[in-house]
Amino acid sequence: MSENNEDNTPKPEAKRGAGEILLEELTPETPKKGSWVRSAAQSMVVPVLAVFTGLIFSGIFIFLTTTEVYTTWAQSPLLATQYGIKAIFQAYGALLNGSLGNPGKILASLQSGDPTAIRNAFYPLSESLVTSTPYIFAGLAVALGFRAGLFNIGAEGQIFVGAICSAFVGYSFTNLPAIIHLPLALLAGLLGGAAWGFVPGWLKAKTGGHEVINTIMMNYVAFRLSDWLLSGPMQRPNSFNPISPNIQASAELPRLFGPPLRFHLGFFLALAMAYAVYWLLFRTTWGFDLRTVGLNPSAARYAGMKASMVTMVAMSLSGALAGLAGANDVLGVNHNLAMAFSSGTGFTSIALALLGKSHPVGVVLASLLFGFLQAGATQMQLAANVPVDIIGILQGVILMFIAAPAIIRTIYRLRTPKEEEEGGVTISWGGA
Amino acid sequence: MTTTTLRRVQERTLPVRRYVMGVFFLLLAAVIWFGFIGSIPEQISATFTFELGRSVPALAPWHLAAPSTLKILAALCAAFGAFQLARGFGSYTNLTLALVVGVFIFGFLTWAAAGKSLNLAGLFNATLLKAVPLTLGAMSGVLCERAAVINIAIEGMMLMSAMVATLVGSVTNLWIGLIAGILSAGVLALVHAWLSIKYKTDQIVSGTVINIFALGLTSYISHKYLQVFQNLNNPGIFQPWPVPLLSDIPLIGPLLFNNNLFVYAMYISLIVLTVALFNTRWGLRLRAVGEHPRAADTLGINVFKTRYMAVLLGGLMAGLAGAYFTLGSVGRFDENLTAGRGFISLAAMIFGNWTPIGSFGAGMLFGFSDALAARMAILGVNIPSQFLLMIPYLATMIVLAGVVGRGHMPAADGQPYEKE
Repeated sequence: MSENNEDNTPKPEAKRGAGEILLEELTPETPKKGSWVRSAAQSMVVPVLAVFTGLIFSGIFIFLTTTEVYTTWAQSPLLATQYGIKAIFQAYGALLNGSLGNPGKILASLQSGDPTAIRNAFYPLSESLVTSTPYIFAGLAVALGFRAGLFNIGAEGQIFVGAICSAFVGYSFTNLPAIIHLPLALLAGLLGGAAWGFVPGWLKAKTGGHEVINTIMMNYVAFRLSDWLLSGPMQRPNSFNPISPNIQASAELPRLFGPPLRFHLGFFLALAMAYAVYWLLFRTTWGFDLRTVGLNPSAARYAGMKASMVTMVAMSLSGALAGLAGANDVLGVNHNLAMAFSSGTGFTSIALALLGKSHPVGVVLASLLFGFLQAGATQMQLAANVPVDIIGILQGVILMFIAAPAIIRTIYRLRTPKEEEEGGVTISWGGA
Repeated sequence: MTTTTLRRVQERTLPVRRYVMGVFFLLLAAVIWFGFIGSIPEQISATFTFELGRSVPALAPWHLAAPSTLKILAALCAAFGAFQLARGFGSYTNLTLALVVGVFIFGFLTWAAAGKSLNLAGLFNATLLKAVPLTLGAMSGVLCERAAVINIAIEGMMLMSAMVATLVGSVTNLWIGLIAGILSAGVLALVHAWLSIKYKTDQIVSGTVINIFALGLTSYISHKYLQVFQNLNNPGIFQPWPVPLLSDIPLIGPLLFNNNLFVYAMYISLIVLTVALFNTRWGLRLRAVGEHPRAADTLGINVFKTRYMAVLLGGLMAGLAGAYFTLGSVGRFDENLTAGRGFISLAAMIFGNWTPIGSFGAGMLFGFSDALAARMAILGVNIPSQFLLMIPYLATMIVLAGVVGRGHMPAADGQPYEKE
């Protein structure tokens, strides 16, 4: 741990050169030009197969928890199997309908040209995108941490604090034009999350306290804090429920279509953030430093990089992104802050970052997938009587296959690539 | 052993820590003097009773004159602080810290109970019960991490066991439910061990896998069956069972030895685990695997086998902790019943310096803040209970930052072992 304090090793003049050599040493050979499509396809194989296998696994689970299977098994196992398989197809059909919308309905509404009917037909799709939006922010947050070798398990707490801050700015500042109020509320959420991320980053850099433990602890401090705020200072006047006042209309993220569609500007903000993270990580020297520290902190220190600085800034940025996820939910979806409004997004985001291989593009794709699954599952619960929690099981299984790609390779008899793929998490418990 | 000695020497000679601690003691004295004494009227008395739901109270009630008691306590804290600044307590610093914090807590209770009465025995019993799952969960962490496998999946294992114990307990009986719950957590532990030992997955990722999966699975079963068929969600609970002879000891007997199975299980595992870890060959080997697996391997210890065993035992322990929530406490399962207690267990393990005894102490402290928070509203104290509930988390962060002396984390913690 004490090495963290020796970050100002001399040799600044050799900084860039040494660093570049170092990264070449550390990263696998850069693929030849023109073959990036192939390498992208190759790196997609395991995630895609993991999702596929996960769907099969949850299908088996649905099969096993279908009542008809047991009631008819004694009469005819064949019939029982049919029932079970029918239940799986029903569930996944409802999931698809619930996430993408009913194609027949969409076509019919487009032909009729009635705007209300069109909007109703596109409602599931809009909901899926709305659900995906905070996932993108939070997934990027965790991915950015992974790139710096940090495990930010505290996205949940950062989301809460971001939401608290932007809700406060959202309802307490009145008579501001939207052009000032909305950015201000977003900034508040960003800063709140950043502060919550900074503390574990600072503790890691200065004392070596492990960020996993500290972010978990910060999560629960944030929960208690929001409990207190929502039952006291920030509680809606004349209300007995733990809920904040509604934010001013000027702080709302504008919805792009008429009701009932809730699709709002936040989605594009999330995509912009994904690009920003990409640019930061792969197009700036600072991002280069960050990735080097993530790959090998002691080597980075020898190259003259300030590892402790990178740790602090990376954790703050990670927190800021998670804070935006909270701000997004308050300003774009709920328009107020209620207790436990984001249960689980923080933990899901770990799965997202791993599934997306800590690459912004991967994270966006993974977030869309999980957002669609989550939104579809709500419909599935109504239509097929399969509890929405099946998504949790699915997520767990997918994450397991992503974490141990060897299992997938064994199942599908894939060859092991020359360089074992990097999950992104390289730093273990004891630090450098 | 030499590293431990070295660490002790370093701690003794580190002056910054000495001053920080001294100033902290004085600060506590100031809080008692200005914060507590200033806010209560003079000549008010605080009453402490000792009732345990029986006709005869365990002890006659105490009537304390609140301001003068608080003055004595403040003076005590100040004296400790002054001595710490002037001379230092050396290797007894942490003991002194515990003592001063104890004095402060007593002061806080006196202040809170001023003009009212507080049932100390009831508070202690609630603390003990809240400490049971935390301590058992923390010992699960101790077992795993002493063999260098991080277990952040305590939460998921607890949840799984709580659900399975309820379901099986409702269908059969309490004992079979308990065993099934414990075994289900053991299965999850095997998955954790398999992923992190065989596939060398990052142990935090594999712990997260278990947590997400367990939350999803238990909520699914809960939605699909437990909430629909109430008879599947009614296993009953283990009733308190007074230990013969021991429960007849005045005061201590009813407090410690008239509880349910889980409390006794905690006592027993506390003793067994402490002895096993630090006084047997088995424990020495386990710790060697956690400190320096390469050396242990060279000496013929099977590192993989040891780790599998440690994680499995840790999982069973977490299962026992999880079963407490349903079979030892509320008697039914609800979605996400554990509500983060697994993570507090992790905190208690760190706070307790990776030892069973320390875990128990931390579990009691965290359980106390929980039990007290529930009584704040009744006492009419003007401190939001949420702040009391934050204390375990903040305290753990402070300990982790090394302000109270760096904990002794197993050296190889979290690193997968690769045989050469």
